[in-house]
This record gives sequence, structure tokens and C-alpha cells, in this order.
Amino acid sequence: MIGSTPSFYPNLVKGGSFLKPNTVNISSNSTIKNTRRTLKNLFYSKKIAPYVFVFPFILIFCGFYLYPVITTIIMSFYDILPGQTKFVGLENYKRLFNPTFYKALYNTSIYTLWTIVILIPIPLLFAVILNSKIMKGKTFFRACLFIPALTSTIVAGVIFRLLFSESETAFANSFIMFFGLDPITWRQSGPAIMFLMVSLATWRWMGVNMIYFLTGLQNIPKEMYEAAEIDGANMINKFWHITIPFLKPVTVYVLTITLFAGYKMFEEAYVFWEVNSPGNISLTLVGYLYKEGFQYNQLGYGSAIGVSLLIIVAILGFIQLQLTGTFRKKGGN
Amino acid sequence: MNKILKLGLTMLLLLSLVLAGCSSKNEPSSNNASEGESNDGSEHQELKFWTFQGLHVEFFEDAAKSWNEMYPDRQINFVAESFPYDEMHNNLLLALQSGVGAPDIVDIEINRFPNFLKGDIQLEPLNNIVEPEIDSFVKSRLDVYAADGNYYGAPTHVGASVAFYNTELFEAAGVSPDDIKTWDDFVEIGKVIKSKTDKPMTAVFTNGFWSFYPMISQKGSDIFDPNGEVILDNQDNVEVLQFIHDMVYKDEIAVLAPGGRHDSEEFFAFMNSGGAAALIMPSWYASRFVEHMPDQSRNFVMKPMPAWEEGGFRSAGMGGTGTAVTKQAKDVELAKDFLAHAKLTKEANIKIWTILGFDPPRHDVWDAPELREANKFTEYFGDGLFDMLIDIKDEINPLNITENTPLARDLIESNVLFNVLREKNQTPEEALKQAADELRSR
Repeated sequence: MIGSTPSFYPNLVKGGSFLKPNTVNISSNSTIKNTRRTLKNLFYSKKIAPYVFVFPFILIFCGFYLYPVITTIIMSFYDILPGQTKFVGLENYKRLFNPTFYKALYNTSIYTLWTIVILIPIPLLFAVILNSKIMKGKTFFRACLFIPALTSTIVAGVIFRLLFSESETAFANSFIMFFGLDPITWRQSGPAIMFLMVSLATWRWMGVNMIYFLTGLQNIPKEMYEAAEIDGANMINKFWHITIPFLKPVTVYVLTITLFAGYKMFEEAYVFWEVNSPGNISLTLVGYLYKEGFQYNQLGYGSAIGVSLLIIVAILGFIQLQLTGTFRKKGGN
Repeated sequence: MNKILKLGLTMLLLLSLVLAGCSSKNEPSSNNASEGESNDGSEHQELKFWTFQGLHVEFFEDAAKSWNEMYPDRQINFVAESFPYDEMHNNLLLALQSGVGAPDIVDIEINRFPNFLKGDIQLEPLNNIVEPEIDSFVKSRLDVYAADGNYYGAPTHVGASVAFYNTELFEAAGVSPDDIKTWDDFVEIGKVIKSKTDKPMTAVFTNGFWSFYPMISQKGSDIFDPNGEVILDNQDNVEVLQFIHDMVYKDEIAVLAPGGRHDSEEFFAFMNSGGAAALIMPSWYASRFVEHMPDQSRNFVMKPMPAWEEGGFRSAGMGGTGTAVTKQAKDVELAKDFLAHAKLTKEANIKIWTILGFDPPRHDVWDAPELREANKFTEYFGDGLFDMLIDIKDEINPLNITENTPLARDLIESNVLFNVLREKNQTPEEALKQAADELRSR
């Protein structure tokens, strides 16, 4: 059966037509072959193949990132209402200089600072502990620390809100009252709400940062430790002089993403007070953007807040990478 | 050159692959939809409805059912979607701004309504369905959703503010809610209750303006005057805020509401366990009592608010939801006619009471016998509920809603009340002045 198929087709063509269609058939066959060859060449070509592979990303990037960013920048110079869009120049940016914006910037910066202070050393420590040979049940603990990253912040936030409810019977208050302290109105005071937001972020992102550090740790050559041991180095020496320096690239990376995540934080604040917190104690920059843009229907001003957030983050990111030496050319060693 | 051409070709190929994926996905689903329609036999025009209040879904579905029974030649397929408050208004704003994705009919809350009256209004004027009925309505309730002589929203209720009294605590203290005529009486009786039962007379919201706003409206004041000028920092408002402050810190008959808002879990729990003897809220809050505070069933009664002076107004119209038809409605006339059927007719206004427990904005139904029948609200609060609401219907000042109303509400909720009542870092005068100045700067 299989053998007969190839001969069957040409027969049909020959029987059904003259010479002319036959030649067409041959030439189209060769075109297909040619195209195949070109495609093959294309995928194997060192110059072109990378572009082919990044093309889908570029397409998505342009459609969903670059285009909105450019539109936002343009929108920030306009006053936007349905059917009535008016160019207002720098008016939206002038309005930024108000106490609410400062408060949002302050809250966001403090929050970012705390997440950096907590979410770098502690996951690093966990990673080292969970990477050590003597530790038992490593996989279990790694999984435990990582699972929160899989939940939604909103869902976790609702649980947090119930745990830290201000009634005396709520979990957190009954806990601190056990130690003789007064119940706290958690969501009503600035420091307490900051504590809640940072704890929620810590709980959720601890595992992710730990995974980054774990990967970094596994790339450190074992020989380094062995050599150090021969030279008589103890645990702490090894940690300071081998682990920390080798983890620097990972640390810089984690620092960068923590910084960006901190400044674009929205959900952690949203779950506690949405965007209208008393005295704006939990207002973040993105929350302020959301409030002005959507709640007061000022999309132009909202865009201006977005653009200023972009500028702030870009400057901070640049400074941070400059300080950690990422821009410097690597030395010979 | 040749290479670039090849590159372009390849990209096109990839693109067509991606797009082919899209189209093959879409086709079967659209087929399914048309099949679904033909299965029904008749032509059902789909009407999509968005709301932020789950209770309203039941009300509209009931109206859709009666519409389909009444108009067999104009059948509708009513699809209701309920979202959280913020999400729904934001989605609607973006849908109307971008020109796609809006529903046919939508519930818009009074404090967000001004957002939708800016620019080229993306809602359909309802004049041809509102005007024939206008004489039977409490007109101020239509005016709050109007702009330039056009009506854009069908009102849901009058929203008369009332006092909810916990009779169990009143009896324990040997006093009666009926003795409270003025706010001074409220404080005096509050002191008795406080000393006898050790429970606070009332709870005041630090992040919600429903106790403050009814009290200033009752005094004839408002946030804006009828011309839209800011009057938030006038003497009346300062006095009201000082009065609330004194109830908490001087007379010590009030506490700060746990959770700070009328809709927080902590507050429901607090009231459900008999935490306070009285609460000033618009009458629509009755549905929250029934739903979230079941343990206090039959313990609470609804009475007119205390007046500022003998013979003064005993209520204020608060809150509200205007149902609008968007410009994106597939069949505007049908959507409008259905809306009229669902909210503007006599029958609809009776349903507003029987299903939602709200005081209907159409006053010619107020003496209908259906409004005196027992329902889940009379079961909770006792009989004669509706007669009380009619009694105070003429004691309601109109509200002045402007495009800055959303901001004003936010400033009062997040700054003024919080700073004066909880943080105590500003006097009522300072806080109101600061908020008023910010409103004026817009």
C-alpha cells in the first residue's frame, strides 16, 4: 500500500493533463523545497535566528508595554474626558506638588526601604540554612516558604485583615493581650498599617527571594569551600569571604527587583483600605494614580503620576546599579 | 537586502501562525452563541446590566421576568453582572471613555455619578421616559442625576435618614426612644443609657460620612451650595462636627465605630452583639441590619432622626443609585423602555419596597396597601415602618451634587473625620477649612 502511493499521484496527473501542468507541478515542488531550505538556513543562521526567536517577545513588548508607555506619556499632557480631549501642557505635572502626592511618595519609599531591609538578609539566611548539608527536611521547608508566593495577595490580604482586625477577639489582638498589652487598632494608625503591609509582602515574597539565593548558592564551586577549610577557615569566615562575594550578582538582582516591586506596590495597600485610607496612611503612588485616574476621572493627571513614578524608579534604579558597580566593566580576575 | 526580506517573511509566517490561533478559537464560540439564540425560538434582545450591589440583581431580574410576560413581542434576555463598588465604577469609566465594552444598563452610585457627567456625556438622556412621570416623583431625587436639563439616572430610593434604636438597651435603662425629639434629648438619654448599661449611646464613623452628612443636611447645610460653591467649612458644619466630637470626648456617650466604616466586618460584629444603643444611618441601611446583624432581629426599631431644634427637620436624603442607559446600548429605545418598566412605574416602586426595603422615590405609591404588608423588614424592625418613613418625607433637604462630590466625600472620610475624631490633631474648624480649601483649589 505504502509503496503504491507515490506512483499513484504522478499517474493521475499524467493521465488527466498534458505536458504543461506537469512542468508546473515540478517547478512548484522545487519552490517548496527551496522555501524549506531557506527556512532551515534561517533557523540555523547565527545572525538571523536570534531575531526570529525574540520576535514574539518584541511583538508583545511593543503592543502591551511600549505602546501604553508612549500613550501614557502623551496623555500626561492632556486633560481627558470622553469626546473632549484638551492639551494642557505641563498643568498636570504642576499639580503633582501637593501634600497628598508627597504623602504617597513618603509611604511608598518607607515601604520599599522596609522590604529591602527585610527581604534581602532574611531570605539569604534561609537559603544558606536550607542549602547546608546538615539540615534535615530541606525540601519540605523550601516548599513551605515558597507556597505563599503561589497565593494571590488579595486572598492573603483578606485573611490578614481578619487576623489583624481591631476587635479584641481577633487573632493578633488576643495574642498581644495574652502578654498584657493593650489591643491595637491595626488598620487605623500609620506605623501599624505599615507593619501590616510589610508583613504581608514579607510573608509572600520571602520564598521567591530565597529561591534566587538558593540558585546563586548552588553555583558556588565546592572547591572554594574545600580550599578554605584546608586553610582553617570556620563557618563564619566561609560565609563572609566566599558565600557573600559569590552571591553579589544575585543580591544586586534581588535588590533591583525589590526596589521596583516596592515602588509599584498596590495590592498590599489595596487589601487593607482600598485606596481611601484614613489620613492617607496607606496611600501609595500607584494607589494615588488609581484614585486620581479612575475614582475622580482624571486620566491625564493619573498619567502624569505614572510618568513621574517611572522617572523616580528609573533614577533610583540607576543610582543603585551605579553604587553596586553593575555598570563597571568586569576586571581581569 | 535578501536576508532582510527573508527575515520579514519569516516574521509574517510566525504572525500568521499566531493570528490563525486566534481566529480558530473565535469561530466556534460565535457559532455556539447563534445556536443558543435560535434554540430559544424567538428573538431575545440581550440586555446587559452592571451593578455594584448584589441586592439590585434580584430586583432587576424580577422586572425582566414581568417585562417578558407583558411584552411578548419585545422579549429580552436580561444578563446581570455584579461587581465590587470600585471595580464596577472604574470598569464603566474606562468602557465609556474608550467606547467599547459598556453594558446597556448600569447602576451608578450617587457619589460617582458626577464622573459620568463630564465631557461629552456617554449616557443617554432619559427625558422621554422620566418627564411623563415626573409629577409623581420626589423631584430632588431626579435632579441629583441631571445635567443641563437632561435626566440621566432613574433613582432607586429617597434614602431618608433615620435613627435605629436598640430597644433592649433602652428598656434596660428604663428610657424610651420616643422621648428623643432633639439632639439634646439624644445626649441626655444617651447619658442615662451609658450610666445604667455601660454601653455607648451610639458609634460614630471615622472613615465614613454617613453620620456627619445626614446631620449637616438636616441643618440645612451641605458640602456645596446650589451654585456649586464650596460651603463645607461654614459655621453649621463646624458646629455639627464639634457636636459629634463632644459626644465622644465630652459627654462620652459615643464611641468611634470599630472598623471606622458602616460596612466593615468589625462594625457589623459590634452592632450584632448589641454594642451601641443607637445608630444614625439612611434607611437603606435596614437591609444591612437584616443581612449582617441577624442576632438583633426585633431588638431594633426605626425612628425619625432627632431634630436640631423642636420642630426642625427629622431626616435627610442620603445616598442613592441612579440607573442609567449608556450610549453603547445595542437598542437604546428598548433599554430605556425596560428601565422605565423596572424603576419608574407604580408597580416597580412597590417592588422597590417589597424586594429591596427602600423607600420608593415615587410618592403616589406611598399609600399603597402593599407597602403595609409584612416583609422581612417589618419582621426585623416591627410594624408601621413605612408610615414612619412617610411621616418624615417632607423633612428632607435637597442635596447639591457637583463634579467634585467624589473628592469631597473622600476628603471628609479620609482626612476630616479621621483627624478630628480619631487622631484629634485638628479642630473641626481647621479640618473643614483645609478640606474646603482643597476643594476650592480644583
